[in-house]
Amino acid sequence: MTRVWLSVLAVTLANWLLKASGPFVLGHRRLPRSARAVVSLVAPVLLSALVVVELAGSEWQSVDAAQLIGVGVAGTAWMLRAPLLVSVLLGALAAAGLRAV
Amino acid sequence: MSARSRFAEGARLAAGPAAATYVLGVSFGAAAASAGWGDAAPLVFSALAFSGSAQFSLLTTLQTGSALAAVASAVLINARYLVMGVALNDSLRGGRAWRALQAQALVDASFMVAHRGGGRFDVARLMGASAPQWAAWLLGTLTGLLLRPDPSVLDRFGADVVFPAFFLLLVLDEVRSVRAAVAALGGAAIAAGLLLLTEPGYALVAATAGALVGALPGGAEPEDPAA
Repeated sequence: MTRVWLSVLAVTLANWLLKASGPFVLGHRRLPRSARAVVSLVAPVLLSALVVVELAGSEWQSVDAAQLIGVGVAGTAWMLRAPLLVSVLLGALAAAGLRAV
Repeated sequence: MSARSRFAEGARLAAGPAAATYVLGVSFGAAAASAGWGDAAPLVFSALAFSGSAQFSLLTTLQTGSALAAVASAVLINARYLVMGVALNDSLRGGRAWRALQAQALVDASFMVAHRGGGRFDVARLMGASAPQWAAWLLGTLTGLLLRPDPSVLDRFGADVVFPAFFLLLVLDEVRSVRAAVAALGGAAIAAGLLLLTEPGYALVAATAGALVGALPGGAEPEDPAA
């Protein structure tokens, strides 16, 4: 159990440091304009990468048709102006429905 | 809009991810119980680390390898928070320690919900989005420890669709320029390729290279008049 506790505490501490490092080191200093142009794209880049990682998984072994169709239904609903939460719920229901068949 | 309203808006927008976070928390609690972690360590881990990817990684690798390798793997999976912390800093206020403390609210879904465009973030919305997710993660862990359900039951209800669908809708909302579209597609392509070679955490970190499109001529964002 000591091994588990030490590992848990080490990962927790490292996680805090990862989140704190940027703001702590930079403080009041603003990034240069050119760096801000890069940083402004971090959100859309990470979002699209997260979609791929969530759908494909390690070595693309998690690809699942019902999940893909569910995400597609959510995207379509959102494009048709459905609210975000309703779109996500429709996607989940679509996947659940396919798995029940 | 007041800070309280923006906090509430963040909480409302994070309702879907919080529901999915609860389900993931149940899975983590159940898996930790099966691995013989007891009750206290998983609960403390969820309360203090609040990181599904790192927690699942440690739980999985600690059973099969050395503790040092397991810890290193879990930490590297979260290396993206280093980039996200830098991106967030211009929107934070106060001294270094206060900024570092506020940055603890960073989790994927909150970072996205708080993005106002152009690299600027609403910190009240970030906090509002993280609060229900943290509570859901902790409650989910507790539920999993107590009930130990079969993970396949949760997926049967489409719970695995919530996070990717939520991220997809946010990226559709984020991409408002050709440059952002190119960067997003680049990040997706990098992640897709690297998933064949390495762990998802490393693929995510490498995918942030897609943002380098912003360094091309004409990529600088207009100055924030509020800054």
